[in-house]
Amino acid sequence: MKKTYKIEVDCANCAAKMEEAAKRTGGVKSATVNFMTLKMAVEFEDGADPKAVMPQVLAACKRVEDDCEIFF
Amino acid sequence: MNRKQKRMLWRILAAAALLLVLHFVPVQGALRFLLYMIPYAVVGYDILIKAVKGVKNRQPFDENFLMAVATVGAIALGDYAEGVAVMLFYQIGELFQSYAVGRSRQNISALMDIRPDYANIEGGDGELTQVDPDEVGVGSVIVVRPGEKVPIDGVIVEGHATLNTSALTGESLPREVQEGDEVISGCVNMSGLLRIRTTREFGESTVSKILELVENASSRKSAPENFITRFARVYTPAVCYGAVALAVLPPVVRLAMGMEAQLGEWVLRALTFLVISCPCALVVSIPLSFFAGIGGASRDGVLVKGSNFLEALSRTKTVVFDKTGTMTRGVFAVSGVYPEGMSEAQLIELAALAESYSSHPISQSLKKAYGQAIDAARVCDVEEISGHGVTAKVDGRLVAAGNERLMARMGVEAKPCEGVGTVVHVAVDGAYAGCILIADQVKPGAKDAIAALHRVGVTRTVMLTGDRDAVAQQVVAELGIDEVHSGLLPADKVTRVEEILAGKSRGEMVAFVGDGINDAPVLSRADVGIAMGALGSDAAIEAADVVLMDDDPRKIAAAIAIAKKCLRIVYQNIVFAIGVKAVCLVLGALGIAGMWAAIFADVGVMVIAVLNAIRAMRTPRV
Repeated sequence: MKKTYKIEVDCANCAAKMEEAAKRTGGVKSATVNFMTLKMAVEFEDGADPKAVMPQVLAACKRVEDDCEIFF
Repeated sequence: MNRKQKRMLWRILAAAALLLVLHFVPVQGALRFLLYMIPYAVVGYDILIKAVKGVKNRQPFDENFLMAVATVGAIALGDYAEGVAVMLFYQIGELFQSYAVGRSRQNISALMDIRPDYANIEGGDGELTQVDPDEVGVGSVIVVRPGEKVPIDGVIVEGHATLNTSALTGESLPREVQEGDEVISGCVNMSGLLRIRTTREFGESTVSKILELVENASSRKSAPENFITRFARVYTPAVCYGAVALAVLPPVVRLAMGMEAQLGEWVLRALTFLVISCPCALVVSIPLSFFAGIGGASRDGVLVKGSNFLEALSRTKTVVFDKTGTMTRGVFAVSGVYPEGMSEAQLIELAALAESYSSHPISQSLKKAYGQAIDAARVCDVEEISGHGVTAKVDGRLVAAGNERLMARMGVEAKPCEGVGTVVHVAVDGAYAGCILIADQVKPGAKDAIAALHRVGVTRTVMLTGDRDAVAQQVVAELGIDEVHSGLLPADKVTRVEEILAGKSRGEMVAFVGDGINDAPVLSRADVGIAMGALGSDAAIEAADVVLMDDDPRKIAAAIAIAKKCLRIVYQNIVFAIGVKAVCLVLGALGIAGMWAAIFADVGVMVIAVLNAIRAMRTPRV
């Protein structure tokens, strides 16, 4: 399953770091962050519940870039 | 500017003013330090906080940390003004970058401002209510008033109107639609009330598909983007360790050699080194170039599905075309006249006059072949029989022009007509008068398109067609295409493209251009699949990597030119930024470049790179 979320982040480098962090989160198969459109596309692993996974993705992103937000 | 940016601007202005004033205030000692701390805190407090948080989260090597260490270090060494100035310029650079990126984001979204906000649903009492297009089910009837966008794909059940499709195709000619016609979302209704029965959900409608495509475009990354991500990951820690080494090793060595350590001097050099090293110029400008390039292309009606395809387009050396719908128009012109008992000119004249009231493409081509002004007074009693043709009184004689069914209806025996194309049979006063052959025509821009492709560096053009060899050879000769393979079945086209792919040299790309009908396998097989005039064709939008919204073949060369310009800018920025930084890093380590050179190497390079990146939005002419 693939879902797209709106995000808020200030710099391109931070966006790249968020992408890395999201990819490493459990239940996430792949993730791409688009700094230009401020969107994060997350592809979940089979059986993973986005509602359970997304808070962890946010927490992981906050760890690498404090000043970010994901709207889910 | 948004609120955050405005606040930043005020902080920068205030800090700059304070710094200027302090320059002329003759104070010394602790008071001087405290005074300088005011502008420093005003302009840089958020950077310091972020740096501390980064360390706490064990992600220390980011640019905030670099800036914090460099400025705190400068201040610790007593260079108050320099410390504050570095922070100030860093923030100016950040503000500029955020403003520039925000602006291009806005500009590019404005280019694609086709998202409908609502749909009108008619209540039982004829009252219109506006609802979210997402909530409209398939098969509902929606109302589109003049001036409104068609929100969802559907079929017109009532009304007729003129639609403006320019936001979708870049084509300025409006389109007439009436009851029974299919309409695609994103068009603007310019006149007349339409009732439309939706055939799709909003999320599946053309407008949503296009928006999704454009918005997701930069998620598919190109080689330079991946290079920069990898580069930054290695680079930032490397320069940090480099800086530590620069601060510690030389003094240690000097001590060992019995010289004075000069620890302060080397720490300062290390800090300069850190400021220079910020990778932001690269990290920002490269995705921005691609984004701007993709945005500029979409304004010209060329949708590129990802940065990787923009990159592939820029290296395209071979372009393979489909014939029908790509190089030829699928619109008709008279290609043969076979009269019975009259001259060719007479036959054309009669047919053109009879069809003079019709707006059908066939009658347009007849009128064009006639080539003279139609004297409407000679024609009366016109009757259009849908699916058959036209009957009319011309100079008092009953003329029937249409297909074989019309001839049968009129009780006239039509003679079979040889040749490819649509046949218009003509009968006068119940007697067969001959037939006119109308066939597909080469697109007006096709010849230019091939020439333009050669101008943008394409070395080989190939046409594939299922048509007969004679027709294909004629088209190829007319357009100046290098190679042709005719009489192919759809599966043969895949084989041919695979042969071409196998024969290319490394680093070169092969593009296939088709109209998206029946050639989806070839589109996905080629390095770059380009679908033309693909609006409303889901299969084509799905299979293609680049979608030309209208069907002008000249857009192929335009797309390649845009891609080349974009990639040129990307490489310029990579070479420029890494080059300047490498030189400054060496000079900084040797103690030749001071803090001011460092600021230029960081902020200056970034500003120049961002300005250069924005250039990608303006599309070049071919």
